[in-house]
Amino acid sequence: MEAVINEIKKPENLVYGKTKVLTDNVMHYCPGCSHGVVHKVLSEIIEEMDIQDQTIGVAPVGCSVLIYNYIDIDWQEAAHGRAPALATAMKRLRPDRYIFTYQGDGDLAAIGTAETIHACNRGENIVIIFINNGIYGMTGGQMAPTTIEGMKSSTCPFGREPVHDGNPLKMTELLAQLPGTAYVTRQSVHTAGAVRKTKKAIRKAFEKQKENKGTSVVEVVSTCNSGWKMTPVEANKWMEENMFPFYPLGDIKDV
Amino acid sequence: MSELRLMKGNEAIAEAAIRCGADGYFGYPITPQSEVMETLMALKPWETTGMVVLQAESEVASINMLYGGAGCGKRVMTSSSSPGISLMQEGLSYMAGAELPCLVVNVVRGGPGLGTIQPAQSDYFQAVKGGGHGDYKLIVLAPSSVQEMADFVELAFDLAFKYRNPAMILSDGMIGQMMEKVELKPQKKRWTNEDIDEMHPWATTGKKKDRERNIITSVELDSEKHEEANKRIQAKYKELQEKEVRYEAIDTDDAEYLLMAYGSSARISLAAKEILRAKGLKVGLLRPITLFPFPVKQLQNLTGQLKGILSVEMSSGQMVEDIRLAVEGKVRVEHFGRYGGVVHSPEEVANALEQKLTGGK
Ligand SMILES: Cc1ncc(C[n+]2csc(CCOP(=O)(O)OP(=O)(O)O)c2C)c(N)n1
Ligand code: SF4
Repeated sequence: MEAVINEIKKPENLVYGKTKVLTDNVMHYCPGCSHGVVHKVLSEIIEEMDIQDQTIGVAPVGCSVLIYNYIDIDWQEAAHGRAPALATAMKRLRPDRYIFTYQGDGDLAAIGTAETIHACNRGENIVIIFINNGIYGMTGGQMAPTTIEGMKSSTCPFGREPVHDGNPLKMTELLAQLPGTAYVTRQSVHTAGAVRKTKKAIRKAFEKQKENKGTSVVEVVSTCNSGWKMTPVEANKWMEENMFPFYPLGDIKDV
Repeated sequence: MSELRLMKGNEAIAEAAIRCGADGYFGYPITPQSEVMETLMALKPWETTGMVVLQAESEVASINMLYGGAGCGKRVMTSSSSPGISLMQEGLSYMAGAELPCLVVNVVRGGPGLGTIQPAQSDYFQAVKGGGHGDYKLIVLAPSSVQEMADFVELAFDLAFKYRNPAMILSDGMIGQMMEKVELKPQKKRWTNEDIDEMHPWATTGKKKDRERNIITSVELDSEKHEEANKRIQAKYKELQEKEVRYEAIDTDDAEYLLMAYGSSARISLAAKEILRAKGLKVGLLRPITLFPFPVKQLQNLTGQLKGILSVEMSSGQMVEDIRLAVEGKVRVEHFGRYGGVVHSPEEVANALEQKLTGGK
């Protein structure tokens, strides 16, 4: 038996291993939350590109505020929405480093709209990872700029009503129109296939930075099962049926 | 080589920044300080020293660019005037919390609101008491000449890095706009990335294999630990108070009356002192150069000999509160100042001292 196990454990038989860039800290995310999956994908890319010592991340205010506990690189934790301003200066002062921000939809598309648009419009050579779960997770499920019509949240408990609450914002389409963006895409992590596509997209975004192409934005349409008050399985299904029609997946811009 | 020039205070800030080896300037235009960025853009230091200069989309963005740059161990600065500085308060609070050094120049104009573009000193409270949320302070330097505008740039960076805390040059529209002779120091080298790795091991420069990851943050959700972080910051302010007070005392040895003023008001008060001395009144001038740390001990040492203190400020009376706290009721303390953009004359100041402290004539 032991011989069999040792045979299985041989490096050449290894089919899966946790990247060392991901720390062993226990994540605080709710079960089923998309944040953890994106963290893993991001860490794998940093390992595969061998850029752990050359990458500096900017953390947002939102559920992923403590991302620096999970990904073993240097980090700066920004004020709510300001990550692209930090990243702008970081990249300009350290052009030899890979700089990326990791932001939720409230952070990126509400309080940080100006910083996001202007960093993208200037074509700052950074990567922006945009977790769009259509809600404010951290503060307990309030309406986000991305909450779709009819979707319930604690501040639109009967469903978003555009006449009263305003319209949901397609930030990624908006950013794709700016001359400074090089690569703009929308992905998800609800299936194994989708995770693989997201990984490819984030990898491509980092490659664009290597080639000095300008800003890359990778939106990941995500679930917040706690905020949405659904089980993880229900949340994935709800996302496919309701979010994807409004936020269609795929590349929006690639120059 | 050092160099003598006739220039505006705002231009001196820009020249001094390049010459002391600053790494980055990020700002947004506002009167009366736009010459700072205009001078930098005309000098194009990115082609000479490698200094980055960028016009940001707002003061909110500027201060957060400083956060990012400072987090990488770089010497970064911005300049603005009152309404813009109000927008930076969030970022300053975060930088103090994350223990990040930077330089913010406030060329103060009259408020509140959009106020006026004329000089004022009405942002004293905001500068020395924290300004944003939480228990923190800025290191505040108050230049009263174009020469000091230039000299305090490097001094502010040095103090900011020594204490890992944001520093502010609290100037006003008069010092910013007026021209004076100034000696500019020779060009210094910027720190290399290797210098930064060695001098500032806390900076985010890319995680080396032989060290833990560096995290620049102001958040700590465990309140016991957060109290400890706060205590560490407070200990720095105590040390600053003990070691870094700077001031100028003129004719205070035999003084019975004291004028206290900083920046433009100190220049005017110096002329007022001459008027009063000519009248036979024993008047001295104490000019705080650091507003935080405030020259508390230096003031207390004088209280025994004083009959009265007049705080002269282009505000409705802000520094006067710190003077009263320092002298603990032992001396009569009054305030005089024009405000809302009006600058007082030496005669007005001299009259005010006579009226308020000597009972008039
Ligand atoms: C200036 C400021 N306003 C409000 C907040 C409170 N706040 C914290 S996180 C958050 C929203 C987070 O939502 P999102 O960016 O979508 O991230 P998620 O938690 O869903 O991942 C808000 C409003 C704050 N921290 N700072
Ligand atoms: S509240 Fe939502 S976004 Fe936050 S950890 Fe839970 S599931 Fe994730």
